[in-house]
Amino acid sequence: MKLAQDRIGPMNSQYVVGIFETEEDIVGATEETRGTGYGIYDTYAPYAVHGLPEAMGLKPSKLTWACLVFALAGFSVAVLGQFWINGIDWAVNVGGRPFNSLPAYLPVMFECIVLAGGVGVTITMLARNGLYPGKRERLIHPDVTNHRFALALERRDASFDLNEITAIWSRYHVAEIMELPEAVS
Amino acid sequence: MSQQVRTIQGGQEYTGPGVVGPEYDNTTVTEKISNLVLRKDTELSWFAGVAIGAFGGLILLVSVTYLVLIGTGIWGLNVPVGWGFAIINFVWWIGIGHAGTLISAILHLMQQSWRNSINRFAEAMTIFAVMCAGMFPLLHVGRPWLAYWLMPLPNTMALWPQWRSPLVWDVFAVSTYFTVSLIFWYMGMIPDLGTLRDRATNPYLRQLFGLLSMGWRGATSHWARYEKAYLILAGLSTPLVLSVHSVVSFDFAVSLVPGWHTTVFPPYFVAGAVYAGFAMVLTCTIPVRKYYGLEGLITIRHLENMAKVTLATGYIVIYGYAMEAFISWYSASPYEGFMMWNRMWSGPYWWSYWMLLFCNAFSIQFLWFKKLRRSPIFLWFLSLIVGVGMWLERFVIVVTSLARDYLPSSWDVYSGTVWDWSLYIGTIGFFIMMMFLFIRFLPIIPMSEMKMILPRSKKAE
Repeated sequence: MKLAQDRIGPMNSQYVVGIFETEEDIVGATEETRGTGYGIYDTYAPYAVHGLPEAMGLKPSKLTWACLVFALAGFSVAVLGQFWINGIDWAVNVGGRPFNSLPAYLPVMFECIVLAGGVGVTITMLARNGLYPGKRERLIHPDVTNHRFALALERRDASFDLNEITAIWSRYHVAEIMELPEAVS
Repeated sequence: MSQQVRTIQGGQEYTGPGVVGPEYDNTTVTEKISNLVLRKDTELSWFAGVAIGAFGGLILLVSVTYLVLIGTGIWGLNVPVGWGFAIINFVWWIGIGHAGTLISAILHLMQQSWRNSINRFAEAMTIFAVMCAGMFPLLHVGRPWLAYWLMPLPNTMALWPQWRSPLVWDVFAVSTYFTVSLIFWYMGMIPDLGTLRDRATNPYLRQLFGLLSMGWRGATSHWARYEKAYLILAGLSTPLVLSVHSVVSFDFAVSLVPGWHTTVFPPYFVAGAVYAGFAMVLTCTIPVRKYYGLEGLITIRHLENMAKVTLATGYIVIYGYAMEAFISWYSASPYEGFMMWNRMWSGPYWWSYWMLLFCNAFSIQFLWFKKLRRSPIFLWFLSLIVGVGMWLERFVIVVTSLARDYLPSSWDVYSGTVWDWSLYIGTIGFFIMMMFLFIRFLPIIPMSEMKMILPRSKKAE
């Protein structure tokens, strides 16, 4: 999931932003704009619009793998920890039962998998999104956390034709077109 | 401000087939829910509610202080009943929390989108209920300041926990449950906190919500990862919630006490937890939706669905009661047979068993009637009865089995002292206080998730 902001960061490039009123319009406009070859910087929505990441051409997130890694780490700690503690370092004889007993260790193994996986995937998600307490939001439009949708394009070179964009977006009832001088991260 | 108050109160009962009232679109959903938080005037009844809860919280504080000063001797525990109110209340509160995770995780995986308006509320309930639950085992250890010994901390005492003990499993299950539920709840709130940040006019509130929303700006690249992480958390929470009450039931089932040593306990406990939890969701949401005019968001259909889940899980619980009784006879174990007979007829606590059957088996039969399932007032009263019934269930399991153990010479009768009761009532007060604070300061219905399930025609307006 590589975006313009990851590649080049804030430069002198300009951004052209269209504001849309409905999710059908933003999905349609995104799909068609992408088809014309203009670089889509990002889109913005007040809720998770299904079909929009696909319309933007985002690759599926790899968070599942991050979760797997964390979960395996939790599992390993639980397995090694329990066997070492109860079997080697602090072997207590309880009614003659074996020191190491896999069935008795399963509940804690399971909990450690869930704890490490859950905490890990959340931290990974926040880190990949660049979200942290104290991060200054720079909204592309004040309504994108309320009821409107925004599509931001990056003006990379002289071939950028605003008239063509305006024509496409008009078909999708664009409410407003803005030009921004710097990156909206 | 009078205009804002109008948008808070005065909702219309919506009985149509959808899960959102017709008056809602993207804008009005935001307005309605964020105004609950951002309005400047607070009604007197809210202060009254917080005050009642805080009074209970004070009772809790006094009870805990006295307990720490004197010790668990102030409770009604004796030999053989060494587990009294503390474990009863612990299991009761943990069970109540289970509905939140079921609604937020399991119904999410099953794509039951009607859950979107009640999940935030139910998750908050989960977190506050688990806080209440956690206090009891910590206090029951007698020296709560040493409770960290339960954790595997190397070299503090050159000792380690005993991993073969269900009580240690419990520590891990409950602390994992609390942590993951808290993360799930908070993560679900990040986009809404962003919305509140952008709508707040007070600069301090803007700062606060800005800090909490971590710079959320609604980018689709963020939404894609966010949705994925949310789905993964739901997938992790689903087996987690099943495991937590199973592990709690192991506290009993792994022992050899008649009435505890049974294989039906894990599913029976999990179903009982969901059953009690849904009842508590009904207890909390019915007054709130009425008072704040949220009938168009938490509709009659939501209430009816919750009533159906209560009925279904109630039947699993009834099956559990039936199996306990049947197996005590069919196993031909004299100890099991005696335990059941003592529980039902000949023991000092026979009344609690029949009250339990009245609350949990008889009263829920009314839910077969559609008209009653769709009556908020009826459901509210029924939910209280179910709450009492599930407390009695834990009382019956814990006390009847211990009071008549293998050694007749040690038999004794148990009853809670005033400090047992004050601690229990104190946690209820604490729970009420936290719920009122939640209602006033955080978005109680997820705005972003509600917008996802608006009918297509409404989204455009």
